Amino acid sequence: MDLNMKVLIVDDFATMRRILRNILKQIGFTNIVDADDGDTALKELKKEKIDLILCDWNMPEMPGIDLLKTLKADEQLKDIPFVMVTAEAQKDNIIKAVKSGVSSYIVKPFTAETVSEKLNKVFGD
Amino acid sequence: MDVKLINPFINATVNVLGTMAFVESEAGKPYLKKDDVARGDVSGVIGFTGETNGTLSITFNELCILKIVSNMFGEEMTEINDEIADAVGELTNMISGQARKELEEVGKKYQAAIPTVIIGKNHQLETKTQGPKIAIPFKTEFGSFTIEVCLEG
Repeated sequence: MDLNMKVLIVDDFATMRRILRNILKQIGFTNIVDADDGDTALKELKKEKIDLILCDWNMPEMPGIDLLKTLKADEQLKDIPFVMVTAEAQKDNIIKAVKSGVSSYIVKPFTAETVSEKLNKVFGD
Repeated sequence: MDVKLINPFINATVNVLGTMAFVESEAGKPYLKKDDVARGDVSGVIGFTGETNGTLSITFNELCILKIVSNMFGEEMTEINDEIADAVGELTNMISGQARKELEEVGKKYQAAIPTVIIGKNHQLETKTQGPKIAIPFKTEFGSFTIEVCLEG
């Protein structure tokens, strides 16, 4: 896993953006940007090259699952690894995310070790 | 309300605070709450829909939530502000998610709304849910907090 890759965190709660940013820094990532909703995330994705997305499910306006589907339908953005980080742990939601092409699924609450392990799996380390 | 439905909320609360804030919490004896006055300084409230309607609220004393959020952020928080309010919302969201996962395992499916946060001493916790409110007091080394669960049916 290349720790110089650019990571985009998408979550409507500043708390979760802060916790994820701290954990990513702890893992060794240095290039981190964030967005508080799906529209802002899309603007960020059009603006610069993003290598990994960590995204919440429950967000007003555009839920994470809709952002995932939008990206999968976009030729230029469909291959960016997309990790859902969510409190939605019910089976139906996990199945829906997998069918929509999610790369990995992290259920809140989580530890730094869980995030590290899931990201290593996404990048085949 | 089936009292067995309360356990998933207790388990979720202990799990979320232990994992995200490294704070051990111990549940006290549940009781039937008959008024709408919060037992603390800041509350997160979230509604459920599904088989029935429901509401979960979690109310913290000031010192308790300051220590919890300080642990979550890895830096000292000294006053209840927008950052604390945001953290209470996210904690409410996570506890709701974990509890709904455990409820699903016993065949009860619920969807949750976006949480709201209320700040102030003795604030009101009005819910639209019709049903008995079960309150569970918790103790931590930093002080106390209370969760309230109201599920119709």
